[in-house]
Amino acid sequence: MVEHRRFGNLLPHLILLVGVVIVAFPVYLAVIASTHDNAVIANGQMPLIPGSHGFETYWNTIVSGTGRTTRQPVGAMMFNSLIMALGITIGKIAISIISAYAIVFFAFPFRMTAFWTIFITLMLPVEVRIFPTYKITSDLHMLDSYSGLILPLIASATATLLFRQFFMTVPKELVEASKIDGAGPIRFFWDTLLPLSVTNIAALFVILFIYGWNQYLWPLLITTRDDMQTIVIGIKKIIDVHDALTEWSVAMATAVLAMLPPVAVVVLMQRLFVKGLIETEK
Amino acid sequence: MENRAIFSGKLLPYLLILPQLAVSLIFFYWPALQAVQQSFLVQDAFGLSTEFVWFENYINLLQTPEYYHAIGVTLLFSALVAFFSLGLGLLLAAMANHNIRGIQIYRTFLIIPYAVAPAVASVLFIFMFQPGLGMIARALQRGGIDWNPVLNGTHAMILVVIVAVWNQISYNFLFFLAGLQSIPKSVIEAAAIDGATPTRRFWTIIFPLLSPTTFFLIIVNITYVFFNTLGIIDTATGGGPNGATQTLVYKVFQDGKVGTDLGGSAAQSVILMIIVVGLTAFQFRYVEKKVHY
Repeated sequence: MVEHRRFGNLLPHLILLVGVVIVAFPVYLAVIASTHDNAVIANGQMPLIPGSHGFETYWNTIVSGTGRTTRQPVGAMMFNSLIMALGITIGKIAISIISAYAIVFFAFPFRMTAFWTIFITLMLPVEVRIFPTYKITSDLHMLDSYSGLILPLIASATATLLFRQFFMTVPKELVEASKIDGAGPIRFFWDTLLPLSVTNIAALFVILFIYGWNQYLWPLLITTRDDMQTIVIGIKKIIDVHDALTEWSVAMATAVLAMLPPVAVVVLMQRLFVKGLIETEK
Repeated sequence: MENRAIFSGKLLPYLLILPQLAVSLIFFYWPALQAVQQSFLVQDAFGLSTEFVWFENYINLLQTPEYYHAIGVTLLFSALVAFFSLGLGLLLAAMANHNIRGIQIYRTFLIIPYAVAPAVASVLFIFMFQPGLGMIARALQRGGIDWNPVLNGTHAMILVVIVAVWNQISYNFLFFLAGLQSIPKSVIEAAAIDGATPTRRFWTIIFPLLSPTTFFLIIVNITYVFFNTLGIIDTATGGGPNGATQTLVYKVFQDGKVGTDLGGSAAQSVILMIIVVGLTAFQFRYVEKKVHY
């Protein structure tokens, strides 16, 4: 910085610290609450240090699914969420990388028409076309199925745009060299382009995994059976009792479990996450 | 694109592009067209006959006070969330840009909210703001405020705004930080030599240079509030009390779920589509102007 004052960095540290505390506190409180007894939480006297009921609560929440209500164990919900998140992530990456490949490296009639057809889907988020999409999914007999959870969400203009942008920076000498070596389009894709795209794919993976795991509206509409529920939907049902009888320790344990995978991905793959976030929004 | 080295192939490019086109046509264009078509039709109560009614559904919609109320709620909600989450994001980014130690640790904590689903974020805050047992709710009650988001519309709005702001802070922080780091140090040093104080430098040099990022983030935040806060509202307030937190998207969801007025619900969807197209077009105009991150 320009000035060198003795306590110049004290204020930034202080403000950032306050920011971190505010941001982290709700998460911390959820972790703490998940280790206390329901009765302690319900009377509003919960201490700010971990209690001794943690193991029991998590066991009940994940495995046995006991409680006042007859609920699915949260472990099964997490499995559904995982399948959905991975399906959306892998599906999106797979179909957009090949379509971007076609658009950039091939000349064919209606190429620009195809590009714009994909591009415009950017303007139709699932929220605005929700009920007609529901009807079509239902007509295709995909309610309460993994394909119904995944397929309608995997068309992504952003991923295609990202790959297109990246492919256009690949020097054409590389393509020519491959051609001289006798490589056809499929060999070039596997041996040259895919290895070059690894960082982009990884960055996209992080962003899309979070997107998939955190879906709310779509799984809420198309899953009616309890055993198809995702954890983000399941948590609402746990606190959806408009009375004082909500099992807060179970609700908070579920919240912690719902946050764990995406938070771990973001924190452990921070560099890729930031890259993915900034590139996909360009 | 013209100077690309191009592969030849008659069938292959179509096969490559087919999966994405198929998904787009089945799950994007077909439902969108159906919504448009539906919005011009009226169906009788048993679904036996439909009649083409031109803009009647739209006219009816624009004559219901609830619709204007939902517009008002959406605008207020967007403005509050954009203002606070952008303000806090900028403040934290400006502090993190001081080249201080431990920035990695601060950043790690500050990006966590991005990874939390809106509905789950909502649950975390409901727990703190639950009258009777929530830590903050109890503190407010001790302070003489009769906090009750289930009955009080203002309280409900405050609650969803807090959750949405918390959820959006990471995003704004990261983009503002990237924006700040792309401002050349020489410009700031020149201003310092001219005797400008840090505060003056921020408002006369840094903030204007940051404006492309700010505009971009305003659009992104508005889009977020319009479409991604459904999980927050559905978990925390259910649009209530008395429609106090019923946004346009939430109204489509609620009206559609009841399913009695397909045409009206479709008309709402079409209006929303027009809003998204507008917002996206606006956003691309700024991207076209080469926003630097």
